[in-house]
Amino acid sequence: MAMTLHIDIVSAEAEIFSGTATMVFAPAEMGEVGISPRHTPLLTRLKPGEVRVQTDDGEEQSFFVSGGMLEVQPHVVTVLADTAIRADSLDEAQALEAKERAEKLLSDKTADVDYAKAQAELAESIAQLSAIRKLREKVK
Amino acid sequence: MAGAKEIRTKIASIKNTQKITKAMEMVAASKMRRAQDRMLATRPYAAKIGNVIGHLSHAHPEYRHPYLVERELKRVGLIVISTDRGLCGGLNINLFKKVIGTMKQWHDDGLEIDLTLIGSKSNAFFKRMGGNIRATATHLGDAPSMSELIGTIKVMLDAFEAGEIDRLYIAHNEFVNTMTQKPEVRQLVPVSGEADTEELKTHWDYIYEPDSVPVMDALMIRYIESLVYQGVVENVACEMAARMIAMKSATDNAGDLINELQLVYNKARQAAITQEISEIVSGAAAV
Repeated sequence: MAMTLHIDIVSAEAEIFSGTATMVFAPAEMGEVGISPRHTPLLTRLKPGEVRVQTDDGEEQSFFVSGGMLEVQPHVVTVLADTAIRADSLDEAQALEAKERAEKLLSDKTADVDYAKAQAELAESIAQLSAIRKLREKVK
Repeated sequence: MAGAKEIRTKIASIKNTQKITKAMEMVAASKMRRAQDRMLATRPYAAKIGNVIGHLSHAHPEYRHPYLVERELKRVGLIVISTDRGLCGGLNINLFKKVIGTMKQWHDDGLEIDLTLIGSKSNAFFKRMGGNIRATATHLGDAPSMSELIGTIKVMLDAFEAGEIDRLYIAHNEFVNTMTQKPEVRQLVPVSGEADTEELKTHWDYIYEPDSVPVMDALMIRYIESLVYQGVVENVACEMAARMIAMKSATDNAGDLINELQLVYNKARQAAITQEISEIVSGAAAV
């Protein structure tokens, strides 16, 4: 029987594939790599592309990944697939958006802050009124 | 005694409320099952990355990543994950209580705190509370996607790398089981070195392509993101479970209320009939 390796393809949101294979092809950052069993340990980033898995019954399955990481150990290959399309500029834009949302939240004085303030003032006035009433009763 | 008609209207209105709470309970129950599945589906990724990082810390790479190095504490970052909607019992309040307690302790230790908020409820709460809010994310829905979180997490990670915060924590509800959700504050960065020790016997290192530094960077960022994502997904499962329980008890309470009111209604009805009969009898006697 041919030598096999175990391959797991997982993303942060779900497990995509898990099984044995005789050969795995992945779109690494420096060019496509083919991994056979007993490959030396390797850690690399993946480009968006196709991960092809040759299973031991000779079939080939392919999975699209939008980038990620590839970890290779002699008999275990792990593809950590990204679920989102990543690029430094894109990440930066999203970070800026998140910051803007925070600033908007802080500058937005309407909605529930006003409501909370009004509620606090109401409670205060009610307390004052009841104090005045008690005082009056005492005076009588 | 209140009129029979008013009681009848009240019973009808409570019945309507009960129908709504019952429907919400069932919706929450089915959503909870899906949320639990999603929660389990996120585990392999984080576990795998955890493994790789464990290997890395044993492989003695020439490069120590900043996320692995403890620094002197001056300022901490905290990511608070809450729900977007209410009607889920004390879930958010319990979490906020825990967070406030932790923040007070940090404050007493002379630490400054930066916040990142995920979920509308935490936004509303900390806006009123005050605090240094760096980034927010809301309306992630029942099936949050990673791409909506990346920016929010990056703000905090950038702050960490820039030395603006020295430690990053995450606060979310932990799903123990359907009945119990536990508010939890955990340290994210620096990654605590709890890697398994069984691999220590051989010294080996990966081949890094193109170079160990960018590969490590990408890996660490993904690891932190997956932990935050896990927290968010787990919090959704907690939300659904808490809502299911809250709505179940609301439905039960409505049932009790209806029973009581029915009793009052029957008594009022009987009293009215008795009064009518006695009026007729006394009227007949007078004639």
